[in-house]
Amino acid sequence: MQLPPALHARLAGAPGSAEPLPVERDPAAGTTPFSFAPRLVRFPREHDFFEDGDVQRHLYLQDVLTQVGGAPERPRRPSARVPEFTCQVAGCCQVFDALEDYEHHYHALHRNVCSFCKRAFPSGHLLDTHILEWHDSLFQILAERQDMYQCLVEGCTEKFRTSRDRKEHLVMRHLYPADFRFDKPRRSRGPAVPGAAEQVLAEALGDDRVPSEGDAMEVCSEHVEPSPEPAGERRAYSHRCLTRI
Amino acid sequence: MWSRQRGGLKPLRCGVEQLRCRRREREAALRKARREQQLVSKRLLRDEALEEAEEGCVAMIFGEAEIQQFLRLAQRGTEEKEREGALVSLRRGLQRPETQQTFIRLEGSIRTLVGLLTSNQALLQLEAARCLHELSHSEQSAVVEACLPATSYLLTYLSGHSSDFISPHLTVLEALGYALSQLLQAKEAPEKIIPSVLGSTLPQHMLQLLQPGPKLNLGVAVEFAWCLHYIICSQVNNALLITQGALSTLGLLLLDLAGAVQRTEDAGLELLACPVLRCLSNLLTEAAAEAVGGQLQLRDERVVAALFILLQFLLQKQPSLLPEGLWLLNNLTANSPSFCTSLLSLDLIEPLLHLLSVSNVVSVLVLTVLCNVAEKGPAYCQRLWPGPLLSSLLDTLAFSDTEVVGQSLELLQLLFLYQPGAAQAFLQQSGLQALQRHEEVAQLQDRVHALQQTALHG
Repeated sequence: MQLPPALHARLAGAPGSAEPLPVERDPAAGTTPFSFAPRLVRFPREHDFFEDGDVQRHLYLQDVLTQVGGAPERPRRPSARVPEFTCQVAGCCQVFDALEDYEHHYHALHRNVCSFCKRAFPSGHLLDTHILEWHDSLFQILAERQDMYQCLVEGCTEKFRTSRDRKEHLVMRHLYPADFRFDKPRRSRGPAVPGAAEQVLAEALGDDRVPSEGDAMEVCSEHVEPSPEPAGERRAYSHRCLTRI
Repeated sequence: MWSRQRGGLKPLRCGVEQLRCRRREREAALRKARREQQLVSKRLLRDEALEEAEEGCVAMIFGEAEIQQFLRLAQRGTEEKEREGALVSLRRGLQRPETQQTFIRLEGSIRTLVGLLTSNQALLQLEAARCLHELSHSEQSAVVEACLPATSYLLTYLSGHSSDFISPHLTVLEALGYALSQLLQAKEAPEKIIPSVLGSTLPQHMLQLLQPGPKLNLGVAVEFAWCLHYIICSQVNNALLITQGALSTLGLLLLDLAGAVQRTEDAGLELLACPVLRCLSNLLTEAAAEAVGGQLQLRDERVVAALFILLQFLLQKQPSLLPEGLWLLNNLTANSPSFCTSLLSLDLIEPLLHLLSVSNVVSVLVLTVLCNVAEKGPAYCQRLWPGPLLSSLLDTLAFSDTEVVGQSLELLQLLFLYQPGAAQAFLQQSGLQALQRHEEVAQLQDRVHALQQTALHG
């Protein structure tokens, strides 16, 4: 099937639609014994039309599952081993011998870290929200008079009076589990205890001593004042500009 | 971006011919299952995998106490190996439906699994994803439904990393997409599950994961494209998806796919092409797709260019998917003078005619698209003429398939009506003889006679 060479150029070109040629129908078109009329066609899920594609899909799944199900005892380590090295972030002594593991570790624990309270978040968005709600005194003042707690889901514009209301919204509307949390608190113990973050997480999941407002964005109810010394995190820096307004 | 991250190849235990034979058998089994409406049965997916993976080992049934022990170890064990080992054992157990049931009934189990899926230990995250895989194989919808609340949360967590996905996150995402696709395939999905999915932000997350660009991962995109397909073809509330930009996202993805097939030999792009073609085709039938507004509609001529590049690719790679591509072309052209004009101005009629020899189903669809163009009137038929169209039609009249011939007759009527000289040329090329062989066929004879009259008497 030879395609005109200009076609590839068209694909790479600018968006646009063709100026349509004039449409002029004869009433005799498609009349008995003929019957053609242009029709949009839709197929429901069980239609035979989908058989071939469905079969291909399942063949692919069978292949994948054979690989997943048959995973060896020790999961594969795709990255090369290197001589042992330590994480260079201050206060972290985690040791690695594979670059991919380090990348994962850094990403999970050091990438979006609040410079005030050292909690780590999975994304810049969540970190920004945390800083705003916990380390910005202006936020607290405004929150007394208006709905300031923004829904955590990007794209949802709802705002709430309290973080508990927001939590309820997340659970009811966005199907979050009732005890979700995003932050990974700082390690209260010494260096490199594997699973320390999970332990604190696990404890907090069932923890009743968290005050009534407790939800994912906070571990304790005290607010931390912005620290005067310059922070390593760029977000803290931009935040400090905010409070000066 | 487009390369699939797949584990190592399985060791070849048998010859290539045996593998082909095996594959044909599997394909036949799947076709049979689908016809019996059993394709959703997870047993079909599992049996093969189990046999090969376990090699005689039978997964144990675990009780509550054992599951709790595994979860505790996985969460709080001090040794990394110990924690992984616990999850591996749990995963094995989850291959049994009894263990699955016990697991979901155990308080906090899903919560713990979610915690592990967002662990900062890569290997734990991977094993947790495998556990999720196992759970989504369950025959019992209760098990899979138990995983649903976690999905929204997990997607928020994982999309937060969208700036640069790392391998374990991709695995978790893919597992999530797969689990969701199994859930959406269930018989009760349209009444029970799809409405709540549509009411959440899951569709927006899914569309985000289908945005073309450097972050797009093929394995993840495939799973979520299938999720979208199951939602859309269930016809619960497609208008909502359109307002969320589904048409434009999928349209852009189609363009991206066409670009990718030109660049790489990589196997696997057809896995994504299939659900994308289906989603677009079905969405185009919604009234909302034609609503005034522009932004949300699909008008871009590049979509037609992309589709043809994909048709060429499918012809090579997966001819059985050609009907799906042509279905989209039908829905694009049926009510759109603009897209019909694009077919003409981009010189795509001849490539289209090349597909006439592939199969009867494909031929009928090609002829239908040509009818879509021709029925718009003389300005369109003029551009279809002369060219190879006439000789192609004479060829299709030699087919024995009634539907192919019938569609050819419809096209001829339109050409005779709108294009002066068409009937004449038809006669000169022994068209009457070509028509004669169908004079006795019940479904065709009236149309054959009508055309004979027109050709002879104008």
